[in-house]
Amino acid sequence: MSEPAYRLRQLVRVYEGRRVLQVEHLDVYRGEILALVGPSGAGKSTLLRMLNFLEPPSSGSIAFFDTVLEPGQPVPMELRRRVTMVFQRPILLNRNVWANVGYGLQLRGQRDARELIRSNLQRVGMLEMARQQGRTLSGGELQRVALARAMVLQPDVMLLDEPTANLDPYNVGLIEDIMRGLNSEKGTTMVLVTHNVFQARRMAQRVGLLLDGQLVEVADVEKFFQSPRDPRTGAFARGEMVY
Amino acid sequence: MIVTGDPALMQIVALSLRVSGTALLFSTLVGIPLGALLGLSRFRARRLVVALLYTGMGFPPVVVGLFVYVLLSRSGPLGRLNWPVIPSLFTPSAMVLAQTIISFPLVAGFTMAAVMGVDPQLRQQVQALGATRWQTAWTVLSEARVGVIVSMVAGFGSIISEVGAVMMVGGNIEGSTRVLTTAIVLETNKGRFGFAMALGFILLILSFTANVVMLRLQGRTFNQ
Repeated sequence: MSEPAYRLRQLVRVYEGRRVLQVEHLDVYRGEILALVGPSGAGKSTLLRMLNFLEPPSSGSIAFFDTVLEPGQPVPMELRRRVTMVFQRPILLNRNVWANVGYGLQLRGQRDARELIRSNLQRVGMLEMARQQGRTLSGGELQRVALARAMVLQPDVMLLDEPTANLDPYNVGLIEDIMRGLNSEKGTTMVLVTHNVFQARRMAQRVGLLLDGQLVEVADVEKFFQSPRDPRTGAFARGEMVY
Repeated sequence: MIVTGDPALMQIVALSLRVSGTALLFSTLVGIPLGALLGLSRFRARRLVVALLYTGMGFPPVVVGLFVYVLLSRSGPLGRLNWPVIPSLFTPSAMVLAQTIISFPLVAGFTMAAVMGVDPQLRQQVQALGATRWQTAWTVLSEARVGVIVSMVAGFGSIISEVGAVMMVGGNIEGSTRVLTTAIVLETNKGRFGFAMALGFILLILSFTANVVMLRLQGRTFNQ
């Protein structure tokens, strides 16, 4: 195993007095694809937002690469910008596809990014639609542009929140191929939240199960599906109701 | 007079544009940031500020005129200070102040509504792409630009056609504080209906032109 990109310890998130997430111990290793599975409301997206520093922990600590962050401590922008996220329902700006993909670079004051934008649009198969307005795209095209606008930033970590939910099999395959390519070529660390166990099995090297805000088990993909330690993991993997 | 470009008439038109344009500029400078703040953040006094803003949106201009008149009169709380930055009554500056007070709640209120109309998920997504707080606010404001322009149109419309406040604090002094609306009132009272109608026509054209310019500022977004 490589060095961890994230080290989460005793992490708790409380909303209006209700504990929605409690992770005792979780390491996300550099260059891996970790899938987080679990039913709706299990805390998967909350965990992802905390990994993106969009939500602070109520208690516990997150170490990101070599920096340990405690609750209440502001996250330096240069650290935040090493990680980006692709959402289940991406919202594009009221601009064309090219400008949407270039937006993150513009935030960083990066100019002369034409080649970077062009190559990423080409990679997701959207170069021909570069001048089209973002809001005229289909669901699959929208998600591919969202992926391109994240990829163009060349992040160390990419967080993916149900990126293929509600997409047709063609677009699911396309997006999974792009994600795999990015991980193998650039070594981008990925945390993929999905409630599709088949996708987790196809994509990830390790899989974690979240139930009721608790991390039940994290294991290598084969172990997770073939010989899980916790009976609830086996039940979830087999598609049995455990919630 | 319109065709020949009568100097007195041109002066009235120019002063109308200068007073309302300056008031709109001040309203925009204060109203848009306040509207964005109210739309984007949650703080304790927010509900009170919004209630005050909504009240201000429906405030009768003549009451604003009275309020500014009392403030700026020699015995008023501001007038007695005699500071050079405080405008004197019966000057264009006093008219600008009154019109700013009238249009600012409209600009702020409509901007707030426009910002609140932007999908709240967008903020999180631009932050996830590495936007700072200011960059996030600017992006949301830019996504709400149609509504922001509407706020300016509404603000301008409320003051270019307003007569009560400018009459009260400006005094309709010929060559000094006479604007289109006060001139219309005067000419109607004198029975010169034709001239009053001509002034009204100019006012309509000015308002129409200003709105066309602002619609063009909305750009392609308007057609989407």
